[in-house]
Amino acid sequence: MDHTLLISKLTKVYPTPRGPLVVLEDFDLRVPEGQFVTLIGHSGCGKSTVLSIVAGLQEPTSGGVILGGREVTGPGPDRGVVFQAPCLLPWLSALENVRLGVDQVHRHLSRSERRSLAEHYLACVGLGDALDKMPSELSQGMRQRVSLARAFALQPKVLLLDEPFGMLDSVTRCELHDVLLDVWQQDRRTVIMVTHDVDEAIFLSDRVVMMTQGPKARVGGIVDVPMERPRNRAAVLQDPRYYELRQTLLEFLGSPGAESETEVASSTVEAVPG
Amino acid sequence: MKRSLSFVPPVLPALSELWMRRRMGNGSGRFLLPLVGFGFLLVLWQVSSWTWAKDLPSPAETWEKSRIYILQPLAKRGEMDQGLLRYVLNSLALVAQGYGLGLLAGTLFGLLLGCSPVFTRMFDPVVQMLKPISPLAWLPLGLVLFQNTRGAAVFTIALCSMWPTVMNTALGLRNVPQDYLNVGRVLRLSRLRMLWKILLPSALPYMFTGYRLSLGIAWLAIVAAEMLTGTPGIGGFLWQEYNALIYEHILVAILAIGLVGWVLDRCMLALERWITTSMS
Ligand SMILES: Nc1ncnc2c1ncn2[C@@H]1O[C@H](COP(=O)(O)OP(=O)(O)OP(=O)(O)O)[C@@H](O)[C@H]1O
Ligand SMILES: [Mg+2]
Repeated sequence: MDHTLLISKLTKVYPTPRGPLVVLEDFDLRVPEGQFVTLIGHSGCGKSTVLSIVAGLQEPTSGGVILGGREVTGPGPDRGVVFQAPCLLPWLSALENVRLGVDQVHRHLSRSERRSLAEHYLACVGLGDALDKMPSELSQGMRQRVSLARAFALQPKVLLLDEPFGMLDSVTRCELHDVLLDVWQQDRRTVIMVTHDVDEAIFLSDRVVMMTQGPKARVGGIVDVPMERPRNRAAVLQDPRYYELRQTLLEFLGSPGAESETEVASSTVEAVPG
Repeated sequence: MKRSLSFVPPVLPALSELWMRRRMGNGSGRFLLPLVGFGFLLVLWQVSSWTWAKDLPSPAETWEKSRIYILQPLAKRGEMDQGLLRYVLNSLALVAQGYGLGLLAGTLFGLLLGCSPVFTRMFDPVVQMLKPISPLAWLPLGLVLFQNTRGAAVFTIALCSMWPTVMNTALGLRNVPQDYLNVGRVLRLSRLRMLWKILLPSALPYMFTGYRLSLGIAWLAIVAAEMLTGTPGIGGFLWQEYNALIYEHILVAILAIGLVGWVLDRCMLALERWITTSMS
């Protein structure tokens, strides 16, 4: 079955004391199964809003999201979410935090199978020795690893990552990039990740989706990242195409009226799918 | 006059700062200052018994006439003539029953209030109306309903002590952070697992605040209940000694009630702190 994710004519209006605020208007995006897409845009343009609508945590004002031929009407374990801040339940250990989702989703497995599944994903993110640590005993980076493991362990059709590395130092960030790509490589799920780091976007994704500045944000342009996988950071940094892409993205983010798609005139830019 | 006024303000803050610094600075302040407080109370008591309250026994007289209750705390010379600690334990046993019942009912009721806005709208006014009713008002009703003093006392304690538990449990559930709820929603937890794994642990610190406040009220209510029913406990003893006009015993009972209440509160506070830190 094809699990293409279709976001179609998404509009979101927030009521505010100063009248309705149209955050998103006609946001369209099609993500084929197995693709890694990043969403970049200015702070406050509505990236998290898009993600939480796809996650089903918020309702769109109009338009909708279709996953695998079915409309998304609420949250579900077919979409794993990693929130902007690592959101672990402080009264559960790392393993129990992961188990919480695993137990719910993989009911057909036996107890010991579920446990080893959770342990496997914690080992994937490098926390094999910290299974029984409480979140308060973990560093910020380790907590974010647990959230990643929790999302991976659901084995969802789609992973939604909202600036998962935003609060981390650059060393931890690079480490987690590799972790993320490793795990993603294993079973190639669809990923939508929000970031405002251009380098991160290029290194990780197949396509970078640029959002226009809000209000009434929509897709301003899409850039394909042609580098072959598995990617190696050093190799990517030496690739001349890397700098072209970087330039394109930075120009887009830098231009104040980042409205028109013509500004990002580059062969790698494809039209917004209608 | 004017000069002295303008002179006074800078002196006061300076003094109080000196005071604070000494208190924070050395460990002995932690024990010394409370002792000063109790010393002050003692002096006030002594002076009162000398001056305006002639019937009030002095601290020394009080000690003299009631030390048998303190020095033989577990003695039982008769139903209404027991050691102080024995009275207190009797009272605590009664409190435990009423308080336990109050916690159970209060927690369940609080859970319903916290989970359902409809339920809140329906029952919040009732709670607000029942909350301020004093133990002295409930007791006669308890006697009518249960026809025995012990039942009436338990009923009164349970009813009076449950409200902080109800309010705080409901508050704790309403204040579960949206992030935690989102985690539960994303994982599609069943209602029961949501309650057990997310709502309850998150609300637990609030609930324990409620439990502590409830215990305070339960202890307040026991004395009132025993005074009216004459149960052999610390409150019953107090009332009996009042009828016998032995004021020294009244004073010692009052002090015991205060002390026990204080200890109970400290214990619950320690528990509450422990829960709060282990839940976050
Ligand atoms: N519940 C809400 N009510 C009203 N306005 C909201 C609400 N949530 C978000 N907004 C507004 O919608 C806009 C988009 O918010 P959103 O969180 O999606 O931005 P973002 O792109 O994720 O920003 P950032 O990069 O800072 O995370 C912002 O201007 C914000 O003020
Ligand atoms: Mg955001």
